[in-house]
Amino acid sequence: MKYIKFFLVGLFFGIVLVKSEAVSWYRIFEMFKFQSFHMYGIIGTAITTGILLLQLSKGFKVKTTEGNNLRVPLKEKGLTRYIIGGTIFGLGWALCGACPGPMYILAGTGVFSILIVIAAALLGTYMYGVLKDKLPH
Amino acid sequence: MEYILQPWPWYVSGPLIALVMFLLLYFGRTFGMSSNLRTLCSIGGAGKNVEFFKFDWKNQRWNLVVVLGAVVGGFIAHHFLSNPINIDLSEKTVNDLNTLGFENVGKSLLPPELFSWENVLTLRGISILIIGGFLVGFGTRYAGGCTSGHAITGLSSLQRPSLIAVIGFFAGGLIMIHLIYPILF
Repeated sequence: MKYIKFFLVGLFFGIVLVKSEAVSWYRIFEMFKFQSFHMYGIIGTAITTGILLLQLSKGFKVKTTEGNNLRVPLKEKGLTRYIIGGTIFGLGWALCGACPGPMYILAGTGVFSILIVIAAALLGTYMYGVLKDKLPH
Repeated sequence: MEYILQPWPWYVSGPLIALVMFLLLYFGRTFGMSSNLRTLCSIGGAGKNVEFFKFDWKNQRWNLVVVLGAVVGGFIAHHFLSNPINIDLSEKTVNDLNTLGFENVGKSLLPPELFSWENVLTLRGISILIIGGFLVGFGTRYAGGCTSGHAITGLSSLQRPSLIAVIGFFAGGLIMIHLIYPILF
């Protein structure tokens, strides 16, 4: 039962991403062509709202349901891994039009060829784990 | 109901995505979809040979439940909460895609030119999906996050590493669409 709230958040997330068309390859293509404001509007308002919610929760000292201070995990400092890893991610994102969240959601909409993309993403993640110590970070 | 069945505008969708992030933080967790790929590798036994996958994946079960919810959410939204798909793409995008040989642009979530079985089962078709997926999986772990972890959570909390990663996401995307796509199609 303690997992039900996570299921519901995921359910909501899946619905929002389908209804916003952010799971659509066409919208990603259009975004990288700078031909519509749609995706920029989604990402921009998500970040603006996110900043607002996080600042408010800091101001009001909001506690999590587990009783701790609400905190965002900090990313390690660095440059190389973010720019190289980020660029590799972007190449793949634009090529198949799906980042990790939409991959799962698209499987739910019934496009089963996306399972090939998910399997390949698992393989990519595995290869990163294998090569991790040899890569510049 | 008609408002729900139509595509949702960006100014509704964006804040709702932020709400998803906030709820997960409020539950003492975080918004990171690509971490599940690492978790799934661990469950598959990758920790036997590779240090990176040696961790207690049971602590990550909540995130797999989020994924399960997202899959069901995708099913519900697509089958019960949507009018027939007709994405309101810009005219330029439709023209550009027609030029590349794409037909019925925007009449489905994903282009049949890439995702129909007929095209997937060609060498080019399967290569695109496998290479694309591989780059996403490799790149997201290398960069330590994807769109949810860096673009939404990282930028909402004003973290510099996430800004660098998002610049990388866009650099890669622009290279793919503007330089590589014209060669592929």
